Order: sequence, then C-alpha cells, then structure tokens
Amino acid sequence: MPLKELPIEAAPLAGAMPAFYASIPAGELRGLCEQARARKARLVALWGSDETQRRAGYALHLALAFPSGLLWVSVPLSRDDPRYPGIADIYPAANRMQRATADLLGIIPSADADRRKWLRHGAWPEGAFPLRKTVESSARFAQGPDRYPFVPVEGEGVHEIPVGPVHAGTIEPGHFRFSIVGEKILRLEERLGYTHKGIEKRFEQMTLEEGAKLAGRVSGDSTVAYAWAYAMAVEGATGTEPPPRALALRGILLELERIANHLGDLGYLGNDVALSFGFFQFWRLKEDLLRTHAQLFGHRYLMDAIVPGGVAKDLPRVAGESLTAHLERIEREVVTLKSIYDEHAGAQDRFIMTGQVTPALAERMGLTGLAGRASGIARDLRVDYAIPPYQQLDPRAASHTRGDVAARVAVRFDEVFESMRLVQALVQQLPPGDIRAPVAVAAAGARGLGWIEGWRGEVLIALETAAANRIHRLHPHDPSWQNWPLLEHAVHGNIVPDFPLINKSFNLSYSGVDL
Amino acid sequence: MYQLLKQIAKTGIVSEPAPLPDAALRQLEQRLGQVILKHFGRALAIRHVDAGSCNGCELEIHGVNNPYYNIEGLGIKFVASPRHADMLLVTGPVSKNMEEALRRTFAATPEPKLVVAIGDCGCTGGIFGEGYASRGRVANVIPVDVAVPGCPPSPLDIIQGILTAVSGLRSSQASR
Repeated sequence: MPLKELPIEAAPLAGAMPAFYASIPAGELRGLCEQARARKARLVALWGSDETQRRAGYALHLALAFPSGLLWVSVPLSRDDPRYPGIADIYPAANRMQRATADLLGIIPSADADRRKWLRHGAWPEGAFPLRKTVESSARFAQGPDRYPFVPVEGEGVHEIPVGPVHAGTIEPGHFRFSIVGEKILRLEERLGYTHKGIEKRFEQMTLEEGAKLAGRVSGDSTVAYAWAYAMAVEGATGTEPPPRALALRGILLELERIANHLGDLGYLGNDVALSFGFFQFWRLKEDLLRTHAQLFGHRYLMDAIVPGGVAKDLPRVAGESLTAHLERIEREVVTLKSIYDEHAGAQDRFIMTGQVTPALAERMGLTGLAGRASGIARDLRVDYAIPPYQQLDPRAASHTRGDVAARVAVRFDEVFESMRLVQALVQQLPPGDIRAPVAVAAAGARGLGWIEGWRGEVLIALETAAANRIHRLHPHDPSWQNWPLLEHAVHGNIVPDFPLINKSFNLSYSGVDL
Repeated sequence: MYQLLKQIAKTGIVSEPAPLPDAALRQLEQRLGQVILKHFGRALAIRHVDAGSCNGCELEIHGVNNPYYNIEGLGIKFVASPRHADMLLVTGPVSKNMEEALRRTFAATPEPKLVVAIGDCGCTGGIFGEGYASRGRVANVIPVDVAVPGCPPSPLDIIQGILTAVSGLRSSQASR
C-alpha cells in the first residue's frame, strides 16, 4: 500500500505504534528525503547493517516520522562498495549518524559529506569495522593513535578552552572545545564517543529475552523508556500482545521515570545558578520518589520492571493508593518550589535569554523531545500517536517558544504536573487481568519497532531477528543524537560560566549516543 | 524570600546516619598507614570518573549529596580536579576510548590515593563485559582498593564503600 504522505509503496509493520517498511535503491534516497523533508517529516534515526551472511551486501536504514506513522526505509548497498549519497544537507542531524555508521560498518556517504571519524577514536584501526559479521565477538584491536581535526577558529584574542573527557562534575565523559574571546563563546565543538562500549555488537550475541536487560542499560537514566521500546519491538516482531493491565503499568512506570528525572534536573538547574536551596529541596523530593519506586517496584530506577510481553511486577490496589497519595504530597511541594523559582530574581536573571535555540533553528536542525518543546516544536509521541494506555487519557504536550534555559525549566515543571495527573488517572483506571503474556517465537528476519516518548525525547529501538530467537541487528536510538548539535548553537554569544547551566538545561545522554 | 525561608524551616534536617564500613568490599590489603587514613577520614576529597558507565551509577553518586545522605556532613566532598583528590570513584566498564583518560587521571591524583570501583560494571564488567570497545572491570586498568557491586549500588552502598576504603579494615578482619 502507498504511504499516505508519499508516493511510495510501504508495507505496514506489525506492532503497537503505526509503522511502515519500504526498501528503495540508493539512487532514490535523496529524492525520498527531500520529499519527506518538504512534508515536514522528521529524521528519527539512521543506522546500518551487515547483510553479507544473507547473500546480500550491506544496508543503510532510516526512520522517518510522518503524521501517519514511522517509516522504516532500507537501502541495500553492494558488498564491494557500500556507498550511498549522504543526506546531512537535507537532515543536518544525519551528520554524526552517518559518521558512526561509517566507523562501525564501513558504509560510507558520498565524498562531499563530513567524513571525520566519530565513534572510533583509537579503539580500532581505520579500515576495521567492528559491527561487521566477520568480526567475531572475541576480536580485540590494539589501541591506535587518535588524532581528530577540530575546526580551528582564528582571529585577534581568540583562544581555546579544551574541556574533558573527564569533567569537573559528576557527569558522563565527553570533550568540549570552546573557542572564545574574553568570556564570550564564539564556537563550541563537541567530540563524543568516549563511552562507546560496543552495545550494538553485544546485542547480536544475545537472545531476544537476554537483550531486555541490556536495552535497559543503554542510558541508565532512561531505563524505562528503553525497556518499553525494546519490549514493543520484540512484541511487534513476534506478534505478541501485552495485556491491557501491563500497558497501563508501563504508562505509570514511564511517567514516574519522567517525574524523577525532571525533579533531579530542576534541582541541578537551581544549583547551577547558585540557588543550592533548589538542589537540596528537589533532590529530597526525588529521593522520596526513588524510595517509593524501590518499595513498590523493587528498584529505585525501575530497571527491568518492563519485560517483553508485559511487566515484571504488579501494582496491587493498596500500593496504587499509596503511590497516588505520595505523588500528591510531592506535587504540593513542587507547587511551592515553583513559585519560589518563579519569584527568585537571581535565578530568573540567569535562566531568561540564556542558551537560546529559536523555533526556526530548532525546526531546521531537527531539535526533539523536551528541548524541542521549549523551542516551539510541539511534538510528543504520547499525544501525536496516542496508543494505549495514553489513548483515553488525553495527554497534553508542554509547549513553550522562547527556547532559553527558562523555557526548558518551564517545560519540566509543566511535564511534572502532567505526568502526575497521568499516573493518578492510570492508577485509578488500572484494568484487571494478567500483567504478562508469553512471548511468541520470532521467525528469522522479522522486524519490530519500539518508539517511546522518554523523559528526554523519543527513544527508538529498531530490531531485526535472526534464527533461534536471536538478534540479527538492533539499533537503539537516543534523542540526544538530534539535540547535541543544537547545544553547540545554543551557547553562541553566551559566556563560558553559563555553559554548565545551558548544558544541564538540555541534560543530554552520552552513553545513549556513544553506544 | 519569606517563602524560601519558610520552606527551609518546614523541611528541617532530614539527614540519616551513615552506614558502617564493610570489609567484604575490600579488594586489596590496605596500602595506606593508619595515620594517613585518620586524616582522610576527616576530610576526604573525591574525584569521580565515569570510564564508560550507562549513567545509572552517576545518578546514585549524585544521590549521596542529597540531604538524606549528606555526604559532606561526614567531611567528604567531591572535587573538580584529580590533583585535589585523595580518592577516585570510578564507574564503568572501562571503554577503550576512556582507558587513557582514566590512566592519566589516576596518574594526576597525588599519592597517597585510593580507588573505589562503583557498580557491577566497575566490579566485573557487568552486562557489557569485555569486547572490542570495552576493557571490562576497572581493576583491568588501574589498581582498585574497594569494589562496590550493584546495578546501580544505592547511595548507602556507595558511602559504605567509601568509608570502607578509608577505614583501614583488612579483609581478614571481616565485618565485626
């Protein structure tokens, strides 16, 4: 059947989210992307795969979000010369994804693309491609030299500040190269990939059942979102239908994860403008919530609570009531803290007009998730594709347009309150029945997609199965891929001491993109 | 301002008592003398290094600073540079892309120093294990005094690991 928005033959993909699959020749890739872009479709992910053991060559894959659903496009490439025309001029967010795909699989965009390495650093030599099937999981490479051509900025009084990979605070590792004049930032260039630990290769050594635990550790702060996306992908590929009660419980878990992360960020955003009161208050509330998680679901961060087929632990009626009561207590305190933040002249002075991403820039570059919703990109999977359990809840997407730190703070406050409403509604309407369905056996070559609005933005899992319930290829995709490049823009013209604040206001994942 | 002060007064002091050291967490026989440990115990400066973690352990390391655990109340604080640190708190599996940075951070930390590996991945390599891009456990790269398992370990577990490292308890004196 043709896709609603494009004249392309696409087959519906089984699964919870509306999705389609199409295979096109490399020659049609750019035309498709141009048409998709003209129809305001977002690029959600780009990755590659090795099909040489299936009597083919390699393949490039794209996930594009249309109003009618997600389109998974595969582009078969030859074994001897796996090249394709790059699309980073159409979708700027594709730049780093193309480079990562080249490092891992030797699938290379055309010559005019940015061909600098991204994930490789010195961990394996140029010309070796660890995600190829010919590379055994036991393969080890000697550490090589690591030279990286940062873009130099020259001029009178311009100097560089290199920061990282080991940062001054308790954060993940990455390198930031600032070019500055006086205190003002002229340019920031990010270099990530430091936490690359071979997650995608690891998945290929696992069964569908084993992979659930690893999916929950792609980015530890988004464990629920990844576990749900993984479960959704496996359920789609195997034709498994999770029971309604499990879906409602998943909704509760996902919103609790959102609340916990937003509380933590709101605390740190206070801390970064010297309002340490905010840190201590919000982190007290976050700790209260984490303890409730441990008590009700057996884990402070809800790891492994979602499993393919359903959820691992039920929420009995009494526990649900205590959860609701607990959230009401936290909500009352957040109302108080919000009014303190709103009226604190010092904090607002630092928040407002700092680290701005205008809606026009956000649209052009593909900003997504909570940062997108602070810059006028009113997209939220829970609203745009309201599948159970969100269908009957009428979730509201937060939307602000100023695109500064203050807007990203405001989105977090809005979402904390909305998520609390959603959890309370889900607890009240919890359907009876089982919490887990048996997972059917997958045929080799089955595809499944998981697509979940995590607290940071849309998390995607694209899965293709191998024989014996194993994984042929799995690509986990974090929204930070899209948003990291916008941080480089957001800091323009700001002063260096505001960088930690701006960075925290995005709070992007390193592990989720380094894989 | 009134509201802020009212909130502080209403909250009161929520800090809870610290856990006791646990000799079972010790990996190496204590290398440092009692005199040094006595001083560390009073004012310990920690540099955290994420050597490839999923960020789960980092959440709990943040947690030790929250008012319930209040690690600064024990005289322990996190510092911005390894040159100011007495102890490295290392999470991971150690990715190959972080291996050199971890070695350099260790070298930049003045003697005498302690290393505490945090989390299942730091202890054993965890679910990521060893691979083309992962060196596995922290002890494969730098010497580790105390290893704290958990995915992630709770703030109490982390504080217990830190206190074990500075307690001078030997593993032969198993938890008394």
